[in-house]
Amino acid sequence: MQITLTVNGVERTAEAEPRTLLVYFLREQLGLTGTNIGCDTSSCGACTVHVDGESVKSCTMLAAQADGLSVTTIEGLADGDELHPMQKSFQENHGLQCGYCTPGMVMAAVSLLDENPSPTEQEVRLGLEGNLCRCTGYHNIVKAVLAAAEAGS
Amino acid sequence: MIPAAFDYQRADSAEEAIALLTEHGDEAKLLAGGHSLLPMMKLRLAVPSVLVDVGRLDDLRYVRDAGDHIAIGALTRHRDLETDPLLAEAVPLLSHAAGEVGDPQVRHRGTLGGSLAHADPASDLPAVLLALGGSLVAKGPNGEREIAATDFFTGFLESALEPDELLTEVRVPKLDTLGWSFQKFNRRAQDWAIVGVAAVRAEGHTGVALVNMGSTPLVASGVVDAVNGGSNASEAAERATEGTEPQGDINASPEYREHLARVLVRRALEESGLS
Repeated sequence: MQITLTVNGVERTAEAEPRTLLVYFLREQLGLTGTNIGCDTSSCGACTVHVDGESVKSCTMLAAQADGLSVTTIEGLADGDELHPMQKSFQENHGLQCGYCTPGMVMAAVSLLDENPSPTEQEVRLGLEGNLCRCTGYHNIVKAVLAAAEAGS
Repeated sequence: MIPAAFDYQRADSAEEAIALLTEHGDEAKLLAGGHSLLPMMKLRLAVPSVLVDVGRLDDLRYVRDAGDHIAIGALTRHRDLETDPLLAEAVPLLSHAAGEVGDPQVRHRGTLGGSLAHADPASDLPAVLLALGGSLVAKGPNGEREIAATDFFTGFLESALEPDELLTEVRVPKLDTLGWSFQKFNRRAQDWAIVGVAAVRAEGHTGVALVNMGSTPLVASGVVDAVNGGSNASEAAERATEGTEPQGDINASPEYREHLARVLVRRALEESGLS
């Protein structure tokens, strides 16, 4: 079937089987490999993208379900060479170690602040419960999100 | 992991969805948020040949005051339930429990109707609906019928829905609530409950239901009888395992689940204001 998405502000159309998961569509059909596949069981959150502005796990959504909708991936956050404030905050606060969870973590964090611009530390931890960091770098990730919230307020 | 191949049909109305179900019968499955069905399809535990996507039926996405009950459209997402001011006021147990489902990403996509229709005994919201004494509205080719939550969950992942029926609405009675509690015991924040308890105490209604203590979500009828008979929380909690058949798995033995059920029921009753 033909699937059309607005990805990072640009309309993209590609052919895919109905069973194609959104994460594979983004990576393999559209070449957007910034979104990682981790557990593939909707547990780890590495594949988090935004669909119509809300964080979702793209391994647990069919590309067909997103047909006609707007998708933002990690590639769509920066403005040219200017990193998104959340990306900058992860960089400044050392919110990453191996980096594998980072794209999903950043996308989840941006969605979290959209819904709750001034979260407490506990709210950040709860808000990121759908994202696992196998380096266990949570402390600095939470710091990064709080710093981004502070900077944005 | 990739699901087995299927035909994808997006329904633009409830009627179209029902017509597609009637046409394809047992071969078809309804897809709402997909957060129960797609993981099973990826593991090839579910292999439907037709998926009928009802996820865009926004006219079934609402929370309304319907007089003696709150009416909730089946396609209402967990995030909607979690943030709806009317629900928070009228049915705080459901509003709170919806915020305990999975994680934010799951709650952005998962729907109340999908969770109930999936009829997983480990899911949070089926037990919540049982505790509240709610009901479900199913629509089929011959019209609508209302099913009490207590008649809805018929077996492991099995409900009273016919293959050609679409769950359209969930009804929760407006209770004069004295207290409520939702207890969820799990290992990681986003996991299914190893055991969970939903409890509500209201004028003329005591509801206690259990998550993951058998092949279906269960009303803890022994506990309810004890509370209605004047028992305190500790005494009533001793009856938490009556009528249960907990399974053993990697997380817990049946005996451990029984222990958890007693502890969590006591906590739930205490938090609901029973001494």
